[in-house]
Amino acid sequence: MTSPLHLAVALDGLGWHPAAWRTSTHEAADVFRGDYWVRLVQEAEAGLLDLVTFEDTFGPPTDAPGELNGRLDAVLVASRVAPVTEHIGLVPVATTTLTEPFHLSTAIATLDYLSSGRAGWQARVSARPGEAALLGRPAASELSELFDEAADAVEVVRRLWDSWEDDAIIRDVATGRYIDRDRLHYVDFAGEFFTVKGPSIVPRPPQGQPVVAALAHAAVPYEFASRSADLVFVTPSDAQDAAEIVRRVPGPKVFADLVVFLDDHAPAAHERRGRLDALLTEPWQSDALIFAGTPEQLADLLLSWRDAGVDGFRLRPGALPYDLEAITRLLVPVLQDRGVFRTTPPPGSLRSTLGLPPAVNRYATPEGAPVA
Amino acid sequence: MPKQIILAAHFPGVNNTTVWSDPEAGSQIDFASFKHLARTAERGRFDFFFLAEGLRLREQRGLIHDLDVVGRPDTLTVLAGLAAVTTHLGLAGTLNATFHEPYELARQLATLDHLSGGRAAWNVVTSSGPFFGENFRKGGFLDYADRYKRAGEFIDTARELWDSWEPLAPDRDAGFFADTGTFRHTGAQFDIGGRFGVPRSPQGHPVILQAGDSDGGRELAAAKADAIFSRHHQLEDGREFYRDVKARLARYGRDPDSLKIIPGVSFVLGDTLADAQEKAHHIRRQQVSPQTAILLLEQVWNTDLSAYDAEGPLPEIDPQVDAESIIQGRAAQHADRLATAAEWRGIAEQKSLSIRELIIEVTGRQSFIGTTATVAAELDEYVQTDACDGFILVPHLTPGGLDDFVDGVVPLLQERGVFRNEYGSTTLRGNLGLA
Repeated sequence: MTSPLHLAVALDGLGWHPAAWRTSTHEAADVFRGDYWVRLVQEAEAGLLDLVTFEDTFGPPTDAPGELNGRLDAVLVASRVAPVTEHIGLVPVATTTLTEPFHLSTAIATLDYLSSGRAGWQARVSARPGEAALLGRPAASELSELFDEAADAVEVVRRLWDSWEDDAIIRDVATGRYIDRDRLHYVDFAGEFFTVKGPSIVPRPPQGQPVVAALAHAAVPYEFASRSADLVFVTPSDAQDAAEIVRRVPGPKVFADLVVFLDDHAPAAHERRGRLDALLTEPWQSDALIFAGTPEQLADLLLSWRDAGVDGFRLRPGALPYDLEAITRLLVPVLQDRGVFRTTPPPGSLRSTLGLPPAVNRYATPEGAPVA
Repeated sequence: MPKQIILAAHFPGVNNTTVWSDPEAGSQIDFASFKHLARTAERGRFDFFFLAEGLRLREQRGLIHDLDVVGRPDTLTVLAGLAAVTTHLGLAGTLNATFHEPYELARQLATLDHLSGGRAAWNVVTSSGPFFGENFRKGGFLDYADRYKRAGEFIDTARELWDSWEPLAPDRDAGFFADTGTFRHTGAQFDIGGRFGVPRSPQGHPVILQAGDSDGGRELAAAKADAIFSRHHQLEDGREFYRDVKARLARYGRDPDSLKIIPGVSFVLGDTLADAQEKAHHIRRQQVSPQTAILLLEQVWNTDLSAYDAEGPLPEIDPQVDAESIIQGRAAQHADRLATAAEWRGIAEQKSLSIRELIIEVTGRQSFIGTTATVAAELDEYVQTDACDGFILVPHLTPGGLDDFVDGVVPLLQERGVFRNEYGSTTLRGNLGLA
C-alpha cells in the first residue's frame, strides 16, 4: 500500500519568477486586492490540496524597481481568505525576529478560530540587511542568534496557545464566574531575548496547537525545524539529496519545495520559463529546484522523491494563476489516477489532514488527577 | 439638510456591561458572533464596526478576574476576516501605540485597508506602567507623561509611511513596477528608516480615532485624529465636550467638521417606556451579579471585601487611600476614594440600598432607555444640538444585541432624514464625510 501524497502550494505575488508579473493575465495591482487571494485559494481548495502558504518578509519582498516590490501582510491575507474557504489549510509566513511573540500567538490562534481549525504558521527569521533598521534596532550579529530567538519565540507562542485549558470557560451563573481561573496558566517564559508572562488573551484555539512550519536549507535551520516545527519545507536537488535531508530533520513532516512551470506539452513549459528568463538580464535561479514539464513528468518526480522519504510537496507556481491552475486541473487528476492523492476534500483540522496527532495541552491536569 | 448621524457598532467587550449569563448570550470568541454583529450593522447601514484590543487579562487582588467575559481574539485578524463577509462597513480596531511599532502597524493597517477596499480605521490608545509590558519585549517602558508624545509621533510616522508610495503606475513592457516607498523618520520616539513594503491603500490614510479624555488626549485628537471615541453621553456634558474639542481645531488650521465626536453609548428598547425601564433594570441586575457588586465596591475601597454580603449594607470601614491599586489591566476609575465612598454611603442611606442595589444605582446606567420612537428622537436631538456627531453603540448581548436597534430605530432615523438609506461611498472616509 502506497501512502498518499500531501500537496501544498506556496502563494506569492503573481508567481515566483521575478518577471511573472509582466506576463500574467492579472494586473500587478490585483495582488493588493482581497478578491485575488480568495480566488487563488479557492482554486487550490477545489484541487483538494492540503494547504497553501502565504509568502512574507518583514520588509519589502525586494527593492528592485523592475520587480513586484510591495506585498501585503500574510497573516491578514490568510485571515481575509479564511471565512470564504472550508477545507484547505492556511499557513502565512511571519517573522520571529522583529515581532512580538505575544501578538504572533494571538493572531495565529485567531486565524485558527476564523478557519475552524485550519491555521498554521511558517516561522521565519529576518536576516536581510536593513530589516532591523525598519524598527530602529541594531541588526543581529549572528544568524544562529536569530534562530535561537526563533526557537524561543515558537516556545512562547506554543505555551500561550496552551495557556487556556479547553474547558476554561464555564459560564457558571451560580457562582457568577465566567471562567475557572485554575484552568488558565501563566507561561512565565524568561529567555535571552524576551520575557512573556501570559496567559494568552485568546482561549485555546480549535486545533490546540496550530501547525508550525519552517523552510530550511542548512544545518542551523534544520536543527531549528527539528526542534520547533511540525512541518518543514526543504529544497532537495534530486531524490538522493531528498533522502539525505530527510535524515537530517527528524521529527517534523517533510515537504520538498519545487518551483513549477507546468503544461500539457513539455516544450510549452520550457518555452514559458524561457520567455520569463529572457525578460531578466540573466536566467532566474531559485533556492528550490525549478521544474518545467508535463504533469506526468512531475508526477514521476514526486513519486521518486516520495520513495526517498519525503511526506509531501510544496509547489511554488512559477506564474500565477497559470501554474496554480495547472497543478489543480492537470497534476492533481494524474496523481489521483495513480491512486496517490485524495479524491474528496480533507474533512478535519489541518493537523488531521497532515496526519499530526491531536495536540495534548502541556498544562492540562489529567481527568481525575489532584490539582497541585 | 439636517446633520447626518454617524453610527458604529462596538463588539461587546470584557467589562461587566456584557451580559454572558443570559440564555441568549452567544460565544465571545467564535467568528460567527463577529460576523453576525458586523452583518447586522451593515444591514443597518452603519458607518463602522469597532473592536477593542486585549494585551493582558485583567487582574484584581493578584488573581485573573473571572466574573466578566474573559478572553477575546486578536483585533486585526478578526477585522481582516470581517472584510470577507461585509462590503461597505468600516472596520475599526483599538491598537496600542505602546506595544506596537510604527513600521509593522502601518503595514498591517495599510494591508487591512487594501483587503477591505478602503474601510480600515485605527483607534489609537497608549498604556504606561509595567502590567501590560510583562507580555512584551520592552516591558513597561513608557512614562505616563510621555503617552501622548508617543501616540502623536506614532501617528505622524505611520502617515509618513503611508505617504511614501506614489499611486501605482506599473509598466510591464518597460519592466518597471515602482521605485517609491523610501522613508526616514528621526524623532524622540522613533528613529527608523528603509523602505515601506505596502503600496498606497485605497483611503491613503486609514481613519484615525482617539479615545483619551484628558487635556492631552483632547489636544492630540484636535491635532491629528479624524474622530473621537468619547465617554460623554449626557446631553449637557456632551455639548460642553463638543464645544471644547471643536474649538481646539482652529489652532491646527482644521475645519470643525474634520473631527467627528462619537461617544460610546448603551441602549434599551421596550414596547412602552415602562417596559423599557423594566428591561433596563433586569439587564442592570444581570450586569451586576452579587459577586460583581462586591468586586466593583472593592475598586473604590481598594481592599478585600469578599467577606461582605452583597445584599447587605455598605462596609463601615473606610477605603484604603495609600495602598497600591488592587486592580490591574484597566484604567483607574476613581480619583478620590474617600469622596466617592462618602457619596455612595449618602445615596445608600437615603434610599436604603444594599451593596448590590447601590452599585446598580451608581454605575453605568444605560444611556438611552425607551421605545424605538423616543430613542430615535433622543439620538437625533443629541446630534442636532451638537452634543455629538453620532454614536458608538455598545450592545449588552453577543451577538444579537444590535438586532432590535437596526430593525426598530434605524428606519425611524431614516424617516427623519438624519441617517442614510444606502451607503454613499465604498470607503469609510467617504461615508464619514472626511477628506
